[in-house]
This record gives sequence, C-alpha cells and structure tokens, in this order.
Amino acid sequence: MLFKRKILLLLIIAAGLVLAFLFTGVSSNWDYILPRRTVKISAIIVTGAAIAFSTVIFQTITTNRILTPSILGLDSMYLLVQTLVVFFFGSGSIAMMDSQVNYLLSVAAMVLFSFLLFKWLLRRGGNIYLLLLVGIILGTFFSSLSSFMQVLIDPNEFLIVQDKMFASFNNVNTDLLGISVVIMIGSLLYYLPYHKYMDVMALGKDHAVNLGVPYERIIQRLLIVVAVLISVATALVGPVTFLGLLVVNLAHEFLNTFRHNYLLAVSILFSVIALAGGQLIVERVFTFSTTISVLINFIGGIYFIYLLLRENKAW
Amino acid sequence: MVKVLNLFKQYGTRSVVEDVSVSIPKGKITTFIGPNGAGKSTLLSMISRLITKDEGEVKIEGQEINRWKTEDLSKKISILKQSNHIHLRLTIRELVSFGRFPYSKGRLTEEDEVKVEQALDFVALSDMQHKYLDQLSGGQRQRAYIAMVIAQDTEYVLLDEPLNNLDMNHSVQIMKTLSRLVRELGKTVVLVVHDINFASCYSDYIVAMKNGRIVEEGAKEKMIEPAVLNSIYDMDIDIHTINNQKICVYFQ
Repeated sequence: MLFKRKILLLLIIAAGLVLAFLFTGVSSNWDYILPRRTVKISAIIVTGAAIAFSTVIFQTITTNRILTPSILGLDSMYLLVQTLVVFFFGSGSIAMMDSQVNYLLSVAAMVLFSFLLFKWLLRRGGNIYLLLLVGIILGTFFSSLSSFMQVLIDPNEFLIVQDKMFASFNNVNTDLLGISVVIMIGSLLYYLPYHKYMDVMALGKDHAVNLGVPYERIIQRLLIVVAVLISVATALVGPVTFLGLLVVNLAHEFLNTFRHNYLLAVSILFSVIALAGGQLIVERVFTFSTTISVLINFIGGIYFIYLLLRENKAW
Repeated sequence: MVKVLNLFKQYGTRSVVEDVSVSIPKGKITTFIGPNGAGKSTLLSMISRLITKDEGEVKIEGQEINRWKTEDLSKKISILKQSNHIHLRLTIRELVSFGRFPYSKGRLTEEDEVKVEQALDFVALSDMQHKYLDQLSGGQRQRAYIAMVIAQDTEYVLLDEPLNNLDMNHSVQIMKTLSRLVRELGKTVVLVVHDINFASCYSDYIVAMKNGRIVEEGAKEKMIEPAVLNSIYDMDIDIHTINNQKICVYFQ
C-alpha cells in the first residue's frame, strides 16, 4: 500500500529528527541535558500533534483548505490575557511569574471564550461562516486592544509580553506538559466516536446531511475539540497555529487523498518533523538567536502565498 | 409516502414557500415546474431536511421528518442539489462509495461493493470508474452524482435541477436513467426541471409552483395544457402532439 509506505517514510524521518535532537551535540553532562531535552521534544511532539490534528478537523468542517483555527481568535485571546495581566498587575505578579497560574488562566480564558462564541452561534442557527466572521472580528479587536495596552506599558514590561508573543519550547514546564497531555487525550477520546463521519463531512454540508450525518451536533462537538486542543497547545508554548496550515496542506500534496485516517497521521508527522527540525536549526544553527515561530511563520507565509497564487491560477 | 402539510419558509421578511401542501405519489416521477424563484428548490431542500422549515409538516411514511433519526432517513430519502461542488480529488468510484455511508459508515462490506458496482453500471460509468471527477464532462459528472444517490438505495430520490447546464444528449440520458430508476427499481423520483418539454415527456405527475405557492398539480396530461401553462409562466404556449408526446413551443 502506497500510503502506508509514505507514512513509514515520514515516521522514520520524524524519529530520526527526534533522536538527533536528543542525542547530538552533547559533550558531557548527560544527566543534566537529556531530561531537559526529553521534556522539550515531548512538548514538540504533543503541540505538533495537537495543532496538526485540530487544523485537519477545522479545515474539514469548514471545507476550506486555507483556513487555520487561528481564525477563531484564540491566539489573539491568549495575547490579550498576557497583556492584560502585565498591564494591570505588572510582570512581577503571580499570574506572570508562576507558569502554572499563567497556563491555567490562559486555557480558562480561551476555552471560555470559545464556548461563549459557540453558544452564541447555536442560538443564531449554526452557520459556521458566521462564526468565522465573528472570530476574525473579535480576534482583530483583541489584537488591537493588546497593541494599545502594549504601547502604554513600561518598555521593560513590554519585553515580557513580547516574549509570550512567540512560541518557544525552551521553557516548557514538566507539570504543565503532563496536564496538557491529559487534556489532549481526553479531547481525543471525546473525538473518537465522530471520526467515522470525517470523510463525509469533507463533502460539505448538503452531502453530509443527505448521507445521514447529524451535522449540527457533530460540528459543535468538533469545534469544542478544536478549541480545547488549540487552547492547550497555545498556553503551553505560545501561538503556533500557522504551523497547521503548512503541515495540513503538505499532507494534502503528499498523499492526495480525502481519507482522514491517512491525512491525520501524515499531518501530525509533518508537524513533528517541522517543529523538531525547526528547533534543531534554532538551537544548533542559529544558536538561539531566533525563535521557532519566526522560522515557521517565514516558511509558512511563503507557502501560503504560493497556495494563493496557485488557487488563483486554477480559476 | 411523502406528504407535505402547510409548509412555510421565510428568508428575512421575504416568504419563499407559503402554505404549501402536496402529496408525492409513490413509484412515479414527479416534476416540480415553475418560474425562477418560485420556491421549488427550497421546498425540495425542506422535504429532505437540508434546510429547516419555519412552519408546517413534512411526513415521510407517516412520520414527521423531525422525529426521524437522520441516519435512518438517509436510507429512506436522498437528495442531489443543483450545485455539487466538492473540493476533494475523488474518483467516480470513491464518490459513488460515499453513497453507501448510511449503511456501512465508511467501512464497505461486500454487499456495499456490489451495490456500488450496480449503481455504476446503471449510469454506464463502470468503464471509467477510476477517473477523477475533475477530468469528467458535465454530463458524466452529473451521472456520477446520480450513481451516488442510486448507491444510497433510497426509496425516494430528490433531484434539484439535474439537467442544469447539460446539453440535449446528456439531458436525455439523465432523464432516461431516472425513468429506469422508477420502472426497473421501483423508486420514487422527484425533480425540479426547467425545460417544460422534459417534464412533459418523462414525468407522471407535475406540480407547478409560483411565488412560493402551488398553483396547479395533477397528472401530466392534465397539466400540459395552454391554459394551465399560461397561469404558471404568464405566456402563451402552443402545444403540439409529436410522436404521442405533448411538445410545448414557446420560443416565439
């Protein structure tokens, strides 16, 4: 089977990068370096998987291949929370200093925000495009509000906020990693009964309803899964949702299939490869002079433009 | 039996379907005709639960549509809309296999494969079943979609303007296929058609709509009459009998 061979190939590359990350460039002090690298690489795998997974689902329910869940405004919400905390309580406050408090606060804010948004959507009859529109508007609003407050605060305080604006795997807290994994596995279990509908959902609403998919209910449940996964991943390492666009489209190009079994697996593998590879480059080539967000946004941005140009040609 | 009782639908303040009641006879081809914006497609979409109704009842086999489990309904009634843009790269066979989803939930059994095979045969697409949808002509693509609803194997098959954008040859092929669906497989086919002559040549029962209401309904012989057509389309239409078929001449 061709798909299985492709998946195996990616699996080998991903495993190779993970091992290279763990074991290369160590002169001594194995006891010190290895546990830290293990935490880092685990965070990479977990967030990579969460981002890829949620982007696949999100693109399927919106039947749109150039959207990412960041359109729901969760990243902006995250930055707004960080900015608000610094603005009102200062960078020395417990919410900023204690990463667990910060994590819980961020996750709570993002999940609450998305639940309110979805609830409002349901009352309005459940048009998903309305949700996206509101998501974009609120996201922009949150970003503007954050920028406004960032301009007002002390430049030193701003540096603390700025640090949060880019995803980083360098200071992942082990306890938080554990909590995140538990939440993610929980949402995965919640998702599992709906997995069989995914291929049909990709045909669009009319076909899905015709084929007996309880469409509205599934959309709601899947949106919750997406929101929880994105919230957890963002709170753990910072905003990296753009990565999803990159890896899911690569998966589409690579496999050329609609089958979610394969799409999900390959997207997750691409995601791990991109993050592990990116982190390797950041650490060993740039020696931490840049962050992985910058790399991913740079490559992802170029790819996005390429996608737009190509879609344009297809007309 | 599909029975519609006092159905209403509004978009904003505009009424699209107003107090429509109709029964669709079993084992026949029923055609909805009428000018653009008469509410035919909306009615079809409400009967097949693609859009929600504001008021009224749709009864399928005596049971209100909202009381059906959507999963069970998908084995009873199928609908094909006029624009079927699917942004996936699918082969004909993959598309038709989706028609079996209500039964197998994506894991095709041997019986499903047989049904898919039969559906492909029925629309004469077996030879090219591994071609991708984007490589097909409009007529072939439409036949592929029809094969999907055939594979779905429902008693009621609803089609919203299946002849849209097709040339005469392809239109005739599609209509012949639909008519075989009724005669050979005993299905009930309901469709929206704009070309009055296709309605005249192929349907058993005709329902005419205008401004969200049903203006006339009846057996084809009764419906294809100058007075009736005038009340629907507001134009004088000559009717000639050619080869035992009533043909409407409305070009001048």
